[in-house]
Amino acid sequence: MATGFFTDTTVCIGCKACEVACKEWNQLPDDGFVFSGMSYDNTVMLGASTWRHVAFVERRRNDDFSWLMMSDVCKHCRSAACLEVCPTGAIVRTEFGSVYVQPDICNGCGYCVVACPFGVIDRREDDGRAWKCTLCYDRQRGGLEPACAKACPTDSIRFGEVDELRRLAEARVSTLHGEGVSDAYLYGVDQPGTDGLNAFFLLVDEPEVYNLPPDPSTPTKVAASSWSHVLAAGAALLGATVVAVVGGRQR
Amino acid sequence: MAECHPVGFRFVMEAKRRGATIIHVDPRFTRTSAVADIHVPIRPGTDIAFLGGLVNYIITNERYFTEYVKAYTNATALVNENFKDTEDLDGLFSGWNSEKGQYEISSWQYDGAEVGPAAGKREMFSGEPMSERGTQSGAIHHDETMQDPRCVFQIVKRHYSRYTPEMVEDICGIPQDKFLQVAEALCSNSSRERTSAFCYAVGWTQHSIGVQYIRTACIVQLLLGNIGRPGGGIMALRGHASIQGSTDIPTLYNLLPGYLPMPHAKYDTDLPTYLEANGSTSGWWSEMPKYMVSLLKAYWGDDATEHNEYGYHYLPRLSGDHSHQVTVAAMADGVVKGYFVMGENPAVGSMHGQLQRKGLRELDWLVVRDFAPTETAEFWKTAPEIERGEVRPEDIGTEVFFFPAATHTEKDGSFTNTQRLLQWHHKAIEPPGDCRSELGFTYHLGRRLRELYADSAEQRDLGIQRLTWDYPTKGPHEEPDAEAVLKEINGYTVQDGKAMSGFKDLKDDGSTACGCWIYSGAYADDANQTARRKPADEQTWVAPDWGWAWPSNRRLMYNRASADPDGNPWSERKRYVWWDAQKKKWTGEDVPDFIETRPPDYRPAEDATGTDTIGGADPFIMQADGLGWLYAPNGLQDGPLPTHYEPEESVAENALYLQQCNPARMEWDRKDNPFHRAFDDPRFPYAITTYRLTEHHTAGGMTRWLSWLSELQPEMFCEISPELAREKGLRNGDWATISTARTVIECRVLVTERIRPMRIRKRIVHTIGLPYHWGTKGLVTGDSTNDLIGFVADPNSSIQESKAFTGNIERGRRGRGRGMLEPIDDKLRDLPEVHKPRGKHGVRAATSQEDEET
Repeated sequence: MATGFFTDTTVCIGCKACEVACKEWNQLPDDGFVFSGMSYDNTVMLGASTWRHVAFVERRRNDDFSWLMMSDVCKHCRSAACLEVCPTGAIVRTEFGSVYVQPDICNGCGYCVVACPFGVIDRREDDGRAWKCTLCYDRQRGGLEPACAKACPTDSIRFGEVDELRRLAEARVSTLHGEGVSDAYLYGVDQPGTDGLNAFFLLVDEPEVYNLPPDPSTPTKVAASSWSHVLAAGAALLGATVVAVVGGRQR
Repeated sequence: MAECHPVGFRFVMEAKRRGATIIHVDPRFTRTSAVADIHVPIRPGTDIAFLGGLVNYIITNERYFTEYVKAYTNATALVNENFKDTEDLDGLFSGWNSEKGQYEISSWQYDGAEVGPAAGKREMFSGEPMSERGTQSGAIHHDETMQDPRCVFQIVKRHYSRYTPEMVEDICGIPQDKFLQVAEALCSNSSRERTSAFCYAVGWTQHSIGVQYIRTACIVQLLLGNIGRPGGGIMALRGHASIQGSTDIPTLYNLLPGYLPMPHAKYDTDLPTYLEANGSTSGWWSEMPKYMVSLLKAYWGDDATEHNEYGYHYLPRLSGDHSHQVTVAAMADGVVKGYFVMGENPAVGSMHGQLQRKGLRELDWLVVRDFAPTETAEFWKTAPEIERGEVRPEDIGTEVFFFPAATHTEKDGSFTNTQRLLQWHHKAIEPPGDCRSELGFTYHLGRRLRELYADSAEQRDLGIQRLTWDYPTKGPHEEPDAEAVLKEINGYTVQDGKAMSGFKDLKDDGSTACGCWIYSGAYADDANQTARRKPADEQTWVAPDWGWAWPSNRRLMYNRASADPDGNPWSERKRYVWWDAQKKKWTGEDVPDFIETRPPDYRPAEDATGTDTIGGADPFIMQADGLGWLYAPNGLQDGPLPTHYEPEESVAENALYLQQCNPARMEWDRKDNPFHRAFDDPRFPYAITTYRLTEHHTAGGMTRWLSWLSELQPEMFCEISPELAREKGLRNGDWATISTARTVIECRVLVTERIRPMRIRKRIVHTIGLPYHWGTKGLVTGDSTNDLIGFVADPNSSIQESKAFTGNIERGRRGRGRGMLEPIDDKLRDLPEVHKPRGKHGVRAATSQEDEET
């Protein structure tokens, strides 16, 4: 039974309670005190010390101005690149279906950092290890929901069983469609490149607007298909050689 | 609301999910606007013009709730024939005394009757108190057809007749189609079947005419029948967790607990005189003697007897206006010697930081209680004037005592929220080190003062010597039992010490004691009712078993208005409280806010007194006439009807009247408080508004010391439109300098379309948005916005005008050291009187000033 997040961006008010609750529960350091000039976003992106991050997008479309807010988080991919590339076995899949970095095993090689299609996982400069959202593994073990979902005042972040969340999310999309919000759609429920995400989102614009990849995929999947291409190419080459050899013999 | 009250905003989002339309009126596009159905950008300081436009729309298009208006408001009352409206006197009401700069209000009264307000200022004028609670039950003459030109309805109609959609556009910069969209949405959602609610915060109150902003909303809501009904009302979003609580049990200088007025030295010479001047012969305030005597019994216990007027003479008296700005100005003049600052940071959070700090420098002693040594605690060490070299720490004589404070998780107590709901919180951990609760600090301070004064023979010290101050204490720090305090607030019978069940049982004969009559019932049955936490799904939708609401655990005040005059619900959909004809009593979803057995057809006899004057169809029982006041014949310093005036410093001339600003506003005419021209000041061409961000709390004492909050908004910044950025050559992320006649601050620039230029009478007006969280201390520091603001205030509430003023913006950082104030001409700073609006109270201020100069 997998648990995860459904983040409904249409009710996010950008209060950042999720960011703060996450940092407080996990005792994460600050990202430095730097004015970014990027709307109200000064933590800028997910990283080793920011496991929830609220993006603020000021969007003008003709006469229509809107301010989109989205609380981003580790997607806990069903086919997780970080986990697959981890050479030490530090990254595991838990009994909650989440992807978890065991800090006592991680050796800081950084393979996961380049493998993640979302740019979620990151190494901390001081200890060199890789860090990201744990889906509050410790809280879940104690029967509590993750800190971010607990703190969210508008229920923009919903925590629960993925199948149930999916039903909720689909119902919400059809409600919004009924209200004329025709742009609403779910991102990541059935993402083929990752076999779906356990943390998925309701968006009202293209993924790129929220700084999400439009077609994320696990590099190992790409690698697998690459290898099959290589094999195919190899076979073709072998065939050509055989033909050549045979042909040569015929000569 | 999403920006500053994100937790409360969850209920707005829930309403939206259920189909509510959210309309957000704000100069800037905020996190609230982002999820609202309609965002209405408005020029700062013009909300009365906007709301007055709604009043005009409602009346002109006959969208008001006729039965409700006729039965429950004073619309039909006839007003004194000497009354003259602002339409007659070009922006002034009758009774203006230009010598005193005050109104004489007798012409505002009802025809042939004097009536007092349920709340408001008593000591309105330097002469006799004019607005004591009423001695008459209400207007004598009515016109039920509401056609008489002297009836309230016609006066209101005429007063707002020029507040047309065109005028709203001219003044507020709101396009007419957007205004009409809002007006239609509001009216079509207000009827027997539907109700609409207003929420506001300091964006309405912090103006030189702030109280009248809320009054205008009251008129709108009364006309639409949205008061006293579920889903209606006007909600004041309070700025801290228990600001409502500190109004109910006040930290205000002119009130005693439960909105009993503080006695005035000159008039309230003894208890009978005080009760006569402040009580009422009609309405619920006729019960006031019971509340006052019970309060005195709570203060002085056995020593309070009929013989000594229950210790009334131990009470301190008011000798004048001791509001915040008045006190700070007196500090700066060396009149006030000592100052307690508890959980507040006025050096950053209050207007005109420089004058605030000047006040602090002139004190003998200062006590600050806070989580961290704030800018107020260390004004002598880090402040702009010290950085500039104008003030040297070694020249400051103030002795500063800093007491570290416990947080809410480290102490027991209650919070009272805007809904008048008391919620108890229990101590989770002991406070660290020397940190103590306010309760502990105040208790032990009082205890030591009693020891100090124990041997005094001075008459004036009797109040301290005889005060009941015997709370049980517990724990290593001898912390007083907070529940014992709550019980005293709740009240008890003197003989056996049993908790009162409610204020209706209080007596004026000394047999009951009660610390705050409106909170009576919070400890009923000797149990802490405020600690109740029954989940929502185990009780009715009104949730009476969650916490405790004053008065009498009522969740909706004046809920008699949710039924029609005959006592039946206005509609099935909006049924809430109604008359049960068989049981002959009021009943419903909530505790009825009415005399339980008074039938709807009860009409008081001519000679009725006290609560017998409350008719069966008069829902507003705190008013002497039982009615909602569209027109306020008494109680306000600046007029019976809200009128659009420009802020003290504006970008525009008043388009409606010759009178530019609120004539009765409070102004401080001092060299260290220079003003700009009333409008069109070429040195300060832009409108400025100030606000909070979600990430920080007010002056930052709770947030700028925390890394997780500081990183979210690390630097002071301004918000400007791309158009203004182009005009001034500013780029996103640049440094800019903002100036007023008071000072200069620097900040980063955030260029955003969320701030829009406005078209005001064919000219473009730019607004600069400034959050005000930063100061010189904490993990993140920055210049303080409030240093820019002058001392100007609302005459009713003495609240600063910080939401609308003028200033300038230039590229680059401010100067350092003595060069810091370069952008302001020195001559101008030394001769501030040149820049004060000329003429009587801002009338044609700018013009007459130019005349003088030429």
